[in-house]
Amino acid sequence: MFDKEKLSQLKTSRENWEEKVLNKSLSKAPESKSEFKTGSGAPVKRLYTAEDVADIDYETEIGYPGQYPFTRGYQPTMFRGKPWTMRMYAGFATAEESNERYKYLVGQGSTGLSVAFDLPTQIGYDSDHSLAQGEVGKVGVAIDSLKDMEILFDGIPLDKVSTSMTINAPAAVLLAMYIAVAEKQGVSADKLRGTIQNDILKEYIARGTYIFPTEPSMRLITDIFEYCSKEVPKWNTISISGYHIREAGSTAAQEVGFTLADGIAYVEAAIKAGLDVDTFAPRLSFFFNAHNDLLEEVSKFRAARRLWAKIMKERFGAKSEKSMMLKFHTQTGGCTLTAQQPNNNIVRVAMQALAAVLGGTQSLHTNSRDEALALPTQDSVTIALRTQQIIASETGVTNTVDPLAGSYYVEAKTKEIEDQAMEYINKIDELGGAPRAIDLGFIQREISDSAYKYQMEIESLDRIVVGMNKYQVEEESPKGLLRVDPIVGEMQKKKIEDVKATRNNEAVTEKLQSLKKACENTDNVMPFILEAVKEYATLGEVCGVMREVFGEYEQAVLL
Amino acid sequence: MEKPIRVLIAKPGLDGHDRGAKLIARALRDAGMEVIYTGLRQTPEQIVAAAVQEDVDVVGMSILSGAHNHLFPKVVELLKEQGVNDVLIIGGGVIPDEDIPGLKEAGLAEIFTPGTTTTQMIEYIKNNLKR
Amino acid sequence: MELINKMLTGDKRACARLITQVENDQTQAENIIREIQQYANNAHVIGITGPPGAGKSTLTDKLVKSYLKDNKKVGIIAIDPTSPYSGGSILGDRIRMQDLALDPNVFIRSMGTRGYLGGLSKSTKNAVKILDAAGYDIIIIETVGVGQSEVDIVKTADTVLMVMVPGLGDDIQSIKAGIMEIGDIFVVNKSDLFGADRTATEINMMLDLNQNMERRPPVVMVTASKNEGIDKLSQEVKQHIQYLHESGKLEEQRKKNLKIEIVELIETELRKIIMTHASSDSKLDKEVNAVLNKEKNVYDVRDEFLETIGK
Repeated sequence: MFDKEKLSQLKTSRENWEEKVLNKSLSKAPESKSEFKTGSGAPVKRLYTAEDVADIDYETEIGYPGQYPFTRGYQPTMFRGKPWTMRMYAGFATAEESNERYKYLVGQGSTGLSVAFDLPTQIGYDSDHSLAQGEVGKVGVAIDSLKDMEILFDGIPLDKVSTSMTINAPAAVLLAMYIAVAEKQGVSADKLRGTIQNDILKEYIARGTYIFPTEPSMRLITDIFEYCSKEVPKWNTISISGYHIREAGSTAAQEVGFTLADGIAYVEAAIKAGLDVDTFAPRLSFFFNAHNDLLEEVSKFRAARRLWAKIMKERFGAKSEKSMMLKFHTQTGGCTLTAQQPNNNIVRVAMQALAAVLGGTQSLHTNSRDEALALPTQDSVTIALRTQQIIASETGVTNTVDPLAGSYYVEAKTKEIEDQAMEYINKIDELGGAPRAIDLGFIQREISDSAYKYQMEIESLDRIVVGMNKYQVEEESPKGLLRVDPIVGEMQKKKIEDVKATRNNEAVTEKLQSLKKACENTDNVMPFILEAVKEYATLGEVCGVMREVFGEYEQAVLL
Repeated sequence: MEKPIRVLIAKPGLDGHDRGAKLIARALRDAGMEVIYTGLRQTPEQIVAAAVQEDVDVVGMSILSGAHNHLFPKVVELLKEQGVNDVLIIGGGVIPDEDIPGLKEAGLAEIFTPGTTTTQMIEYIKNNLKR
Repeated sequence: MELINKMLTGDKRACARLITQVENDQTQAENIIREIQQYANNAHVIGITGPPGAGKSTLTDKLVKSYLKDNKKVGIIAIDPTSPYSGGSILGDRIRMQDLALDPNVFIRSMGTRGYLGGLSKSTKNAVKILDAAGYDIIIIETVGVGQSEVDIVKTADTVLMVMVPGLGDDIQSIKAGIMEIGDIFVVNKSDLFGADRTATEINMMLDLNQNMERRPPVVMVTASKNEGIDKLSQEVKQHIQYLHESGKLEEQRKKNLKIEIVELIETELRKIIMTHASSDSKLDKEVNAVLNKEKNVYDVRDEFLETIGK
């Protein structure tokens, strides 16, 4: 950013400062630690100056918001236009309860819904499956058939809301059910807006709700890309997630590197399936974690945006700028919450949320203070939402675009994370791409090593977690935690029985047969899934057919 | 000959969050134990079969999905059915304090909640082996 | 012993406990093996070896399922490395065999090497004997999988499957010396991956180079994760078993292995005697100093030692 002469002047004046000012101070009062590190364990220097950003060209590397490489944000005005979407991920046991909640939210003017599904739904089992016992309705809503989906969105105009569904392995089935419900409301698919997570690679890496092996899973994803580019053009077909990678213990640079490597794999798969990059890439979205180290996190978001733009342009030859924009949802770091002194979590979440906003997020979920104990209560959720509203309305950080740009530290850190992430991507390329690197356990082992290091630092007090390993107090156990009534499992079983007794079972068998054939061949499976769910084939039945043809994924575990 | 403590670390149910389970597996290994790790989505029956065949001293289970009140006691019950009485059974995860007395009554020796250090867990295991 | 009687009636817990005892206690191990010897030596032992990441556990899983279809009882011993620093280990091979855990005709046991080199653990042989006595028809040993040092498997198994995967081309070159001799059947796993044909060709070429073989090992392509080629593989295993029986090789091999086992046992005891003698009055240290000061030479020291021990 500076010419040679200016730089050498800077060097002289810095050395001068070190000699005359710094050393004197250090000799009187040494620093508290011999080395300082970020939350991810990366070294931090005492002072960053213009020298540290000398190699960063402003125009090509930082530039302007809304313009390649989008380091400063994907829109020119960012939050001056409108604030990010405050999207709270919420899980309720039954479709009925969730529907009530959605109606309330829509009544309050909310236009963004977020659906959390229970684990059996996420893994493609009906509520009456033996593996589902004890899990029905626990971490989200149980969806067994179109019937549940009809109840879930009853009275909610699907052309007016955007719906985010945290669903991966059976994403095609839930999307099909959503389309079918809309159709019954008289809303055509091209009017539907929303997102499915649909990111199977991070399920293999970190989150664990996989069903099928890699190859058919990638095919399902590209089938969805293709189908939606024609039929549901406003739908975000994937949310490529670093959130869970970070939760599993990765560093900030690993979060970016592994997530973008997954993104590369999806783009490659879609191109291989014959899709033009600019038809599907604008509908790709990302999902990151906001962890504790404020400035490192801000740098991370900026680095991810710049690196993805470069990858799309240089590696994949995207022409449309929309294909190069990394748009992302953020959730504050669940693993940073402590069960001890849970009110402290409010403060943590506030600062993590601030990092996400300073990093230019498009939407944000703030965790509730009691999530290290159980599902959040309504009171806690409200505080979490208010936290976002305070940042948006009171702190002033939204007044100018990318306010931390030009900070010597933040720019140097942005570059450093970008470089480190790129190193991981290169390594993964060498191994044959993300799916292969996952199969070999490379990514999992890297994360697991980082997680172990992190934990050992906590135990040796090299890393302080307030209230947990320092500043502890005697506490009474918290009261009034949210619980899910175990009766939900029985209710769902009853509903499945009713559905199976009243639907046209012949038609179901026939549609499932056609789906099976489509799976065995190379047809796009989406229309076949849609046909089957419209006849009230259950999620478990549809996934069962696919399990039969595709087999099941076997976890690669390397510790 | 040395006699390492053998521990089964299991993830019952459908919950896929295995950061904690993996951390503990590693920490126990580094404390000189033989850790049998069975991966995700274990049914209580599978856990018990593994515990029997591997002849472990300790069964450690982790659940973050809230299904602990159903799954933990089920494992204890099945172990009893098999006549296994000399195994230390412990659990961990996102478990509300108010559930802990019930789980202990059901036969779990101890429940470890977020914030427990691996050192505490290792000490606990070493001091509470049943054989 | 009560445990042995229970084990003989098919009690898995008793079987498991006996394996623990042979692993943990030498005296108990000897007593147990003395007792059960009469019930053993009926099973066919298959060793599965190959580099890490070759998919040995998945292959084991699929092979076992094919034996279950034939109504065989199968015992599995899966070995993972013990950390030399802590003495602990993480044994994770069961992950790949989850469906098998509940089958009444399957017994899976994970073992740490506990400082033993050669791809097995010190007690593997005895664990095999226990499973054998417990009535398992087929016993599969899955070795650690560290490559060159995996030679011990031939001393324990009747049939050795050497598992390779594409993408390790250079490694095949480097490990051929030791490894190519120990495989009775070569398996190219993950044969749906790019380069599988080349891997098979390389193995075939190397096998063809060796003209002294009495039986040319077959090379089988499988994709264990998709259950492809498993029938062919179990067919080849059957043929190898048949070959061993018909050619008299089985007895020959087992005799040879027993001889090795006995010699090793004697060696172990002799080594103990030597070390006891050597350490008494720090005798060995004194001799070492003497050699270092050029007062004695190593051969004389040896002879003197042998003489004292002989008395």
